[in-house]
Amino acid sequence: MFGFSTDTLLDFAFTAFETIAILLAVVISAALLIWVERRLLGVWQDRYGPNRVGPFGILQVAADMIKIFFKEDWIPPFADKAVFVIAPAIIMFTTLMAFAVVPFTETIGVVDLNIGILFVLAMSSLGVYSVILAGWSSDNKYALLGGMRTAAQMISYEVFMGLSLLGVVLLAGSFDLRTIVESQAGMWNVIPQFPAFVIFFIAGIAEIHRAPFDLPEAEQELTAGYHTEYSGMKFGMFFVGEYLGIVLISCLTTVLFFGGWLGPILPGFVWFALKAGFFICFFVLLRAATVRPRYDQLMAFGWKILLPIALVNVAITGAVVVAMA
Amino acid sequence: MATIKIDGKQFEVDPTDNLLKVALSKGFDLPYFCWHPELHSVGACRQCAVKQYKNEDDTQGQIVMACMTPASDGGCFSIEDKEASDFRAQVIEWLMINHPHDCPVCEEGGECHLQDMTLMTGHTRRRYRGPKRTHRNQELGPFINHEMNRCIACYRCVRYYRDYADGDDLRVLGSHSNVYFGREADGAFNSEFSGNLVEVCPTGVFTDKTLGAHYNRKWDMQNAPGICTHCSLGCNTSPGSRQGILKRIQNRYHGEINHYFLCDRGRFGAGFVNREDRPRQPLVRADNGVLEPQDMDVMLASLKSVLAEAKGLVGIGSPRASLEDNFALRHLVGADNFHNGMSGPESHASLAALALLQEHAGRLPTLRDVESCDAVFVLGEDVTQFAPRLALSLRQAVRNEHHVLAEAANIPKWHARAVRDEGQHFYSPLFMAVPAATRLDDVATELFHLRPARIAELGFAVAAILDDAAPMPANIDEQTRTHAETIANALKTAKKPLVVAGTSLGSEAVLTAAGNVMRALESVHDDAGLFVTLNEANSLGMAMMSDRDVDHAFEAITSRRADTLIVMQNDLYERAQHGKVDAAIKAAKNLIVLDHSMTATIAKADYVLPAGSFAEADGTLVNNEGRAQRFFQVFIPEAPLQEGWRWCADLNRAIGKPVDWYGMDDLIDAIEAACPQFAGIKTAAPSTSFRKAGMRFPRSPHRYSGRTALYANVDVRERRPEVDVDSALAYSMEGYHGSDQPPALMAYAWAPGWDSNQAAITRFQDEVGGHLKGGDPGTRLLKVDANVPDYAPAEPKLVEGWQAIPRYHIFGSESQSAKAPAIQQRMPRAWFTLNEAGAKALGLAAADTLRLTIDGEIHALPVTIDPSLPDKTIGVPVGAHGLMGVRLPAAVSP
Amino acid sequence: MLSVLRTIWMTLMHTFRKRETVLYPEEKPYLPPRYRGRIVLTRDPDGAERCVACNLCSVACPVDCISVVKAEDESGRWYPETFRINFSRCIYCGYCEEACPTYAIQLTPDFEMGEFDRQNMVYEKSDLTISGVGKRPGYNFYRVAGMAVGGKDKGEAENEAAPIDVKTLLP
Repeated sequence: MFGFSTDTLLDFAFTAFETIAILLAVVISAALLIWVERRLLGVWQDRYGPNRVGPFGILQVAADMIKIFFKEDWIPPFADKAVFVIAPAIIMFTTLMAFAVVPFTETIGVVDLNIGILFVLAMSSLGVYSVILAGWSSDNKYALLGGMRTAAQMISYEVFMGLSLLGVVLLAGSFDLRTIVESQAGMWNVIPQFPAFVIFFIAGIAEIHRAPFDLPEAEQELTAGYHTEYSGMKFGMFFVGEYLGIVLISCLTTVLFFGGWLGPILPGFVWFALKAGFFICFFVLLRAATVRPRYDQLMAFGWKILLPIALVNVAITGAVVVAMA
Repeated sequence: MATIKIDGKQFEVDPTDNLLKVALSKGFDLPYFCWHPELHSVGACRQCAVKQYKNEDDTQGQIVMACMTPASDGGCFSIEDKEASDFRAQVIEWLMINHPHDCPVCEEGGECHLQDMTLMTGHTRRRYRGPKRTHRNQELGPFINHEMNRCIACYRCVRYYRDYADGDDLRVLGSHSNVYFGREADGAFNSEFSGNLVEVCPTGVFTDKTLGAHYNRKWDMQNAPGICTHCSLGCNTSPGSRQGILKRIQNRYHGEINHYFLCDRGRFGAGFVNREDRPRQPLVRADNGVLEPQDMDVMLASLKSVLAEAKGLVGIGSPRASLEDNFALRHLVGADNFHNGMSGPESHASLAALALLQEHAGRLPTLRDVESCDAVFVLGEDVTQFAPRLALSLRQAVRNEHHVLAEAANIPKWHARAVRDEGQHFYSPLFMAVPAATRLDDVATELFHLRPARIAELGFAVAAILDDAAPMPANIDEQTRTHAETIANALKTAKKPLVVAGTSLGSEAVLTAAGNVMRALESVHDDAGLFVTLNEANSLGMAMMSDRDVDHAFEAITSRRADTLIVMQNDLYERAQHGKVDAAIKAAKNLIVLDHSMTATIAKADYVLPAGSFAEADGTLVNNEGRAQRFFQVFIPEAPLQEGWRWCADLNRAIGKPVDWYGMDDLIDAIEAACPQFAGIKTAAPSTSFRKAGMRFPRSPHRYSGRTALYANVDVRERRPEVDVDSALAYSMEGYHGSDQPPALMAYAWAPGWDSNQAAITRFQDEVGGHLKGGDPGTRLLKVDANVPDYAPAEPKLVEGWQAIPRYHIFGSESQSAKAPAIQQRMPRAWFTLNEAGAKALGLAAADTLRLTIDGEIHALPVTIDPSLPDKTIGVPVGAHGLMGVRLPAAVSP
Repeated sequence: MLSVLRTIWMTLMHTFRKRETVLYPEEKPYLPPRYRGRIVLTRDPDGAERCVACNLCSVACPVDCISVVKAEDESGRWYPETFRINFSRCIYCGYCEEACPTYAIQLTPDFEMGEFDRQNMVYEKSDLTISGVGKRPGYNFYRVAGMAVGGKDKGEAENEAAPIDVKTLLP
């Protein structure tokens, strides 16, 4: 049939199934995060959080989704319509694409690219367009300011993110994420590459502009930043996109520094979920606990502190690797 | 000019002023009670204390009363000084000791000078815990409420009532700390100007009873700049309303007309707006002869066919309606078919008055100027009853002698008590040639009680004595000549003589005589003035618009030249003998009436359209000096009631006559284009598109309350704010309110710290008691005509035998105010009046009924004796309280 | 930097704190008498309406949601012909209570006023008047104020001397 062997076809079918399964799992967990975050914030702010819809309020997600689907699909008359519609789709697309190279267990994972890390960085760079285009097409001063802030913030922090990963790549000798996980069988990268971990995590927060680095949508100054004019499901995509980002960064941190699925007794998938879940909760904790820095402080922190540390880390790691070899 | 320093700042001031006036004019907040811009200083309340320093190096200074201190050159004063402000706070604490704890239930609250002053001095907490003095109140009639406990004994009321308005029934009773301000017994005040006590009293002793009946606070009023429609003087008013109810009339300062005071007819006569019996729906006469409400569209459709089928239209306008309403009707019926709505004699007199005014257009003093005239000759007018506010001005005019004497004695003009003491009973000359006793007699130098023709004769004689070129009436008797000489002499020697004449007697001869006097005076005097009074608020405007009176209209109907009669805000039964009106209405196929009040004409009408009164419409009125003044809609009435001109616009469109009047601006442009004599009315007030800092001008004070609850019982959703398409005013508290506001658009007076009407206006005047910043509103339409005509022949047309002459009354003779409930309570009984000899000749005693035939119609009224009337003269009460539609003066045979 | 970590740690420790909030409406919190909820119109100790329709509440209201129309009985006593409050606009700031010179308006701890129809949020005098004195026992405005009203003539209020006889010449 069409010149494919049965194996190829089965393989294709399996990959397709796996892709869809991962896609669903990721999106559902991102959606659930809406509830998780609100409940956790409740815990840390000495209150309840959503607790009325379904057991523990877990159906709040469903309620929110139904609400957001049935909202009016409103495009402001002054907006650039095509760009305005495309912008939120881009963030969903790029973030989900990045999941393609994430190895969840020994066997689960859509694709093993030998340039996996570069693919992740490339996708996250493309994500910038979503925010910039959303800000620009809204034709609203707050949205545009939000977009401009994002451009500067994401481009800057991408640099440190990339540099921090070089140490990990040097240790593993590969850009392939699966290889990187396997190289941590003896020792998790977080120990030799602790500065790199810190920089990566901070840069990760900045990349997905979560609190405390949520300057692009700083409510107090910019109403809602780049998505001021968005509502309904288009806003929903930005909303879910943000949670997808959290999941992605948490997964990547697990993969790059905490040995991915590696761990005793429990199956690999559980270890992966536990580790990733921990970081997801940490994201929420950060939001509960930290205050937003000023814009210049954010940039200064990146270029004056993170960049030198990252460079020194690369130099030392390189030296050690060369010496060891 | 003098240079003084107040709190270190230097000012150029008039040294003949006192320091209080100067400080207030320069914008300082200095508390005061007993002082008033028109009543001047007596230094009684000790509230305006300031520090006076010998020179700039003096640090000690002494406390003086600002109102009693001349603002002389080099003066050095401090208002802020600690000692002075402590002194003021102490004074107010004393004044407040007996003040009752009743601001919440006081009508003055929110516009109370006493509240303002306590706040200004910082006395916000009572320390006195002892017993308070109390008083019993008096019942002061339908206008004014009395609550004596609130009195702080500033004496302003008696100083206004007795010293300014020359009333005699408000007194200070009691002694020492027990003084009581009231009448000897309960009862309404005699003075026609008692209503001003409401505003003169700095607290709530005298309050407006008509307001109290449906009270709301000043801050809740929706006001508009108004013009009084109850006589021809055109006093400026500020009508206040809430929820579509007209609550009260307040004085609106106009530096050239009424300044601080109104008459009681103007203040309390607006109650007709709230009457239940007003037509508020289009009415059509049903087959059973009853007027029944009709839907607006159906009505317009049926009127369309009525007008289309009409054989000819006759429009009757009204001297009590605005130029706009009248012009719109004129446009509908055509200029040739439009009539000015006045009776024949009234129209002739008004036209004569117009001609007279035009001849002397350069010599027409304003009402304010009248106060500075030092010799007055009144020909025929009973001003107190006919143009009341003028009487108050004439009372000030006779006091000019006081100022002359005071100046000679080196007494400053503001030193009220000293000026009075110096002046004593010496008054400037006021000669009144009137048919009978008037309420102004007490200040008249000499009175001549004459019939209209004899008044004219006296006038001609005065003119002839003043100027030899003027004709002397034939066969003049010696007594008249002596009188004329006295008058001529006084007028000649005065600095600023004034001639007052008018249309009240319906006698053209009197006006002609006044013209001769005026012309003669002009030949010997540079500063002579002429003041003419007319019947109604827009009589002069109607005389300018059309010279055709209602008689022409009736003639057109009865001669079958036209069959459809359209009447604008007029009661025909006021304008002609009832038989004549009945005949005309019977002859007309259709009678269409546009009016705001129920009238005898409406009772006969086939179609009635509810028109807006002055409170529900904008419009322009031309007052007795030819000043076009704009009044503005106070509130939007419930549809379909709308402005008279809007009905006419609808009718015009219905019959396919295109009109492009969608707002007042369009209509005013149309008037100016069609009637060049009204050129300039556009400038009487800024146009609809006028804005200050991009803003309209508010009708309500900024603390207007209850907007989200007023109509919440009807619908919880707030109503859309009304947009005014006819003026630059806003139906809300939003907009520009401040001293840079154009005075014609100032709906109310308020300034930070100054809530009372009479004190807040200070901030809008160029100097206290002067003109309004930006100029007093109104445009004078009469232009100086260099072409001076010759003297009129002295032909007074003397009448032998019995004559009936009109007698007016402030409450009753004006038909709109006569529908106000408060005025109705004060309307006198109707009497025929005649002197003792006359009564004896007719064999009548007081209270007997006299049947009198005037113009073929029989009227029966009881008689009363008025010894001041000339022989063979019968005074006929005209107006709602007496007879309507009688044409006087008339020869009668009782 | 350390302070950030300290903050994060302190926030995390809140995991073990008791919740400040309660699950309303199953559990109702205690509301003190001076809680600012729905207003009531109280009566004076003699059982008469305290409100004198002075309109101060109306003007103090920042959202203009109170409308009062004054009326007067035969004895001269002021009272509100209508007292209307639009609770759908009310922000429960309590300014009306503060402005009220007669203690007629008092805020109560009742805040459970939800309605499906906004029109039902408009309360009239009859909905608001209670039969007691509320939080202010003893005060009766007309016993303090100088106006004569039914049952109290001039000179009969607190700290008032008998009315002056203006016809006497005695000091």
